[in-house]
Amino acid sequence: MAANSIREDEELSQVKKSVTIKRLLSYLLKYKKTIVLVMFIMAYCVGVSLVNPLILESVVDDHIVTGDLKGVFILVGIALALNTGRVILVKIRMYVMSKMTNTIIQTIREEVFTHLQTLGFKFFDSRPTGKILSRVMGDVNSLKQVLQNFVITLLPDFCTVVAVMVIMIIKNPRLALAGMTGLPILIIGLLVIENLCRVRWQIVRKKSSNLNAFLHENISGIRIVKTFAAEEESLETFDELNQEHKDAFIKAVRVNDAFNSVIEISTAISIICMYYVAVHVLHIGAENVGLLIAFASYLALFWQPIANLGSFYNQIITNLAAAERVFEVMDLEPEIKDGEAVGEMPAIIGRVRFKDVGFAYEDGVPVLKDVNFDITPGETIALVGPTGAGKTTIVNLISRFYDVQTGTVLIDDTDVKDVSIDSLRSQLGIMTQDNFLFSGTIRENIRYGKLDATDEEIEEACKKVNAHDFIMKLEKGYDTELTERGGGLSAGQKQLLAFARTILSDPKILILDEATSSIDTKSEILVQKGIATILQGRTSFVIAHRLSTIRNADRIFVIEDGGIAESGNHAELMARKGLYYDLNMAQA
Amino acid sequence: MRDKFNLFTHIRRHILQYIVALTALILSVTISMIVPEVQRHIVDDVIVGGRGELLAKLLLLYGVLGAARAAFQYIKEFCFDSVSSKVVVGLRRDLFRHIQSLDTGYFDKNNTGEIMARLKEDIDKVWEALSFISMLLIEVVFHTVFILVCMVRLNGYMAIIPFIAIVSCGVLALRMDKKLDKVFGDISEENAVLNTTCEENIAGVRTVKAFAREAFELVKFRKHNDRYKELNVDLSRVFVRYYPFFNFVSGIVPLLVLALGGLFYIKGMFGITLGVITAYISYSNNIVWPMEMLGWLTNSFSEAVASVKKLNKIYAEVSTINDPEDPVVLDHVEGTITFDHVGFHKEDGHDILKDITFEVPAGRTLGIMGASGAGKTSIVSLLTRLYDVTEGEIRLDGVPIRDLTLKQLRGSISLVMQDVFLFSDTIAENIKMGRRHDISERTIRLSGKRAGASEFIDKMDKGYDTVIGERGVGLSGGQKQRISIARAFAKELPILVLDDSTSALDMETERDIQKRLKELNTITKLIIAHRISAVKDADEIIVLEEGRIAERGTHEELLRKKGLYYETYVSQYGEPEAKEVV
Repeated sequence: MAANSIREDEELSQVKKSVTIKRLLSYLLKYKKTIVLVMFIMAYCVGVSLVNPLILESVVDDHIVTGDLKGVFILVGIALALNTGRVILVKIRMYVMSKMTNTIIQTIREEVFTHLQTLGFKFFDSRPTGKILSRVMGDVNSLKQVLQNFVITLLPDFCTVVAVMVIMIIKNPRLALAGMTGLPILIIGLLVIENLCRVRWQIVRKKSSNLNAFLHENISGIRIVKTFAAEEESLETFDELNQEHKDAFIKAVRVNDAFNSVIEISTAISIICMYYVAVHVLHIGAENVGLLIAFASYLALFWQPIANLGSFYNQIITNLAAAERVFEVMDLEPEIKDGEAVGEMPAIIGRVRFKDVGFAYEDGVPVLKDVNFDITPGETIALVGPTGAGKTTIVNLISRFYDVQTGTVLIDDTDVKDVSIDSLRSQLGIMTQDNFLFSGTIRENIRYGKLDATDEEIEEACKKVNAHDFIMKLEKGYDTELTERGGGLSAGQKQLLAFARTILSDPKILILDEATSSIDTKSEILVQKGIATILQGRTSFVIAHRLSTIRNADRIFVIEDGGIAESGNHAELMARKGLYYDLNMAQA
Repeated sequence: MRDKFNLFTHIRRHILQYIVALTALILSVTISMIVPEVQRHIVDDVIVGGRGELLAKLLLLYGVLGAARAAFQYIKEFCFDSVSSKVVVGLRRDLFRHIQSLDTGYFDKNNTGEIMARLKEDIDKVWEALSFISMLLIEVVFHTVFILVCMVRLNGYMAIIPFIAIVSCGVLALRMDKKLDKVFGDISEENAVLNTTCEENIAGVRTVKAFAREAFELVKFRKHNDRYKELNVDLSRVFVRYYPFFNFVSGIVPLLVLALGGLFYIKGMFGITLGVITAYISYSNNIVWPMEMLGWLTNSFSEAVASVKKLNKIYAEVSTINDPEDPVVLDHVEGTITFDHVGFHKEDGHDILKDITFEVPAGRTLGIMGASGAGKTSIVSLLTRLYDVTEGEIRLDGVPIRDLTLKQLRGSISLVMQDVFLFSDTIAENIKMGRRHDISERTIRLSGKRAGASEFIDKMDKGYDTVIGERGVGLSGGQKQRISIARAFAKELPILVLDDSTSALDMETERDIQKRLKELNTITKLIIAHRISAVKDADEIIVLEEGRIAERGTHEELLRKKGLYYETYVSQYGEPEAKEVV
């Protein structure tokens, strides 16, 4: 199957800008009360900053000039009170804003993560962990500023612009028009920059995600890197990705940084036009210079919020790519999901049937063709055959990691598609080749199999798989901290822990997919003896290459070319001198 | 030589661009001080003074200044952005190199997600501090100083108010920084934990799904996601406690100026005129934004400082496994491996290996067997110096491996690990790994064939250029093992170590590979296995038990001993027939 490598950029589905922005806004709209409160506070603050100059003017003109010291102090006192009020309100505003944006970020991250849990292996197999991770973490984080500014910039500044525009037009329409000549230039400039930048910022995000993917692999594969003395090589790759990221960034800012300059130029043009119109068209002279001075300050009031809006717009463009990446994951349809009217899987007895099952990972490349079998409860089935023959696929269909394309998989009398995935899998014990241990203590890791297990139950499970002894030899025993993937333990020990975890889950059907390959023969025999008793009456599937593991199975299926080529117990198959016999002789 | 977080070396490397950026900054601030003057001239001379002929010139000047400011602003921003990204590339590279140089013990103790968070988020914080934050900070300082000078020149006595205001803002900033530092430290820590939680969930998706533990994972995630949010809200609580004071102080400066100015004017002190008061007020208005900005900047700066602290903690880690000062260089590695009374125990004193002695002459094969946790893999880890022995000595061609460079030592051993790790890259790149530049296409194919991998690789659409997923997901266990065997074969090194690396192979493939291995008779081989079939042809077989060599000898000798090896044999094949034992 096609996978995305570290170096390749991810493909991103193209979404309309407005759709993404609307979607971001929809999160804000859940906080209408907060937003209204913030608006009121901002209105008060704007009010205070408008009143402030009036007070100053009055203090100078009416009191200082007349020598009225008392008046000066009274007015300054009023202004101080207004400002103190502002401080308190700003505190409230900042706090509620921060709470709101952080909560939204928390919500979005939770939504992405929750959705991620529903996605199938196809999604996870086709891209590096680091790239998925960067969507949940970095991309979500970068939405914070945008969300914040939606509230504190967009509406207030927009209102200010409109208000000032109205005042200017009322005072003098021609002068007002002249003062806005830069506007078209600004809009065109912003649109051009936006067009150039959008793709560039997307590339920056992708490069950053590539770097993340590389870091993830290189750190988790550090032993391989070291033993192959490949540090320099990986530093080379790192350099490449690091440089690419930087270059992409520089390419983006090269255009993006023109933003403020465009604003600057349009402001300058507007002011020049205004003075020109004032002098040559309106013939303003000394007698009405006050109007001009007022207009100059209005223009400043007009262009400041425009600049804010511009840089907010810029911020949206910069971070849109992050939002797109986040929403893209949220929109992915899980390939395996519960149907509309699913039931719960009843307590499993253990009969497993395949009826004419066909399956392909990729269209046109069938892995299984017309597989039929019927397993009675309590049977142990061994699946053998060359790698790639479809052994793992068969067990993956039982646990519904994939859905069959043709035919049906029945457990007892229930089609696995008709019950919820959760109710099905929680009754199965699946041990794969890739047994992941989480960071945490050994005890916590084993408890993963049964969340409410007591310490006694955990020890019991460990004893059954013969893991108890080695755990007790560790200094902290069950409380030994493991790093992810169980660093510090041998592969065999990790498998034993994973085994204990599975046993603890008390599965009705046990699936062991090369689960004991790293355990030595002696431990394996002990393990088998240990679980033999608890497995009595439970169906199990074992995929293994080691003869000793296979030999005792009730039935052995030899899988070849997507079908069951031979089946029977060890003695029968050996007597037949077919494929199984050949395989057996190879190991002797 | 110790690695450290070395910001200034990198800044020095790009000093020219910094100078350009600073010059542009100074020029653009200067111009913004001049622009109001031009406007004043237009009002005073042209409109009030009636000198219409000056207008064109003044407007032209205004336009030129506007254009120049736009240009300088662009240069300033772009220079700061690009130079800081260059500095950060260097910082990230340093850190990556340092982390990569740390010994395996470090990676046993620290989670991938956490290390990633340091390399990404924490470095990004430093980046922010280097680009727009430092740019704004310089601008704020420059701007403030400029205005203060103007104020003092206008009237020294009145300047006391802005001085007090600025000093108190500075003190406030320092106090806030202290409080923020802890919260930012906590946030950075929680970010690493959250990162680890998500990373494990994604990397361990097969386990999560196998146990249908999605809901549990969500609970775990939610705990950290919620805490991360709480900490961020806590942060704003601290910020909110201080920040409005910046606002307040800057807001009252014009008012206090007015009150004091009014007092002086009315009392007729210090020669204050109305003009001075007006000018003072407009200057005061001009230092409002820098003072408010100071609050934000402190915030961002504390964040970066908290990150630098985390980075310094990583830099404080030193690798205990390093190249010797005076390395012995072997011209040609024959491949004789000697373990001389080797012992190894962990930091907690827990013994892993005790008194291991053996010698594998060049071209010979040693088989290693033993129970899980008996110490088999540790022998390999010691040989490749992933860890250092705590007792005894390991020699390669008679030279203690501590006296060799890591590159020569590890460059002489090709290893197939038990825990197969492949990178999400093409199969060819994975096979070439470690010798990317000198392994030919032919060698790749040949080793693929030898490892029994070519049949399935050739079936793939793009053959050796097929990109495989991380950790080789999408491939079966046996296929992954074969690629990793091919990776070792391709290196054609004097020593080959196979650590339980045929366990997932079907019997036929395994037999083929055993045959190939036998053909490689010039290479020294260490074969760790659970299957008798994998080791029975070795020149010597050692059986480990609890870190000691319990049995040793050839296959036949060991069978005759009827000890551990014999037991294993019986459990795999049943009682040997008499003729086989002899």
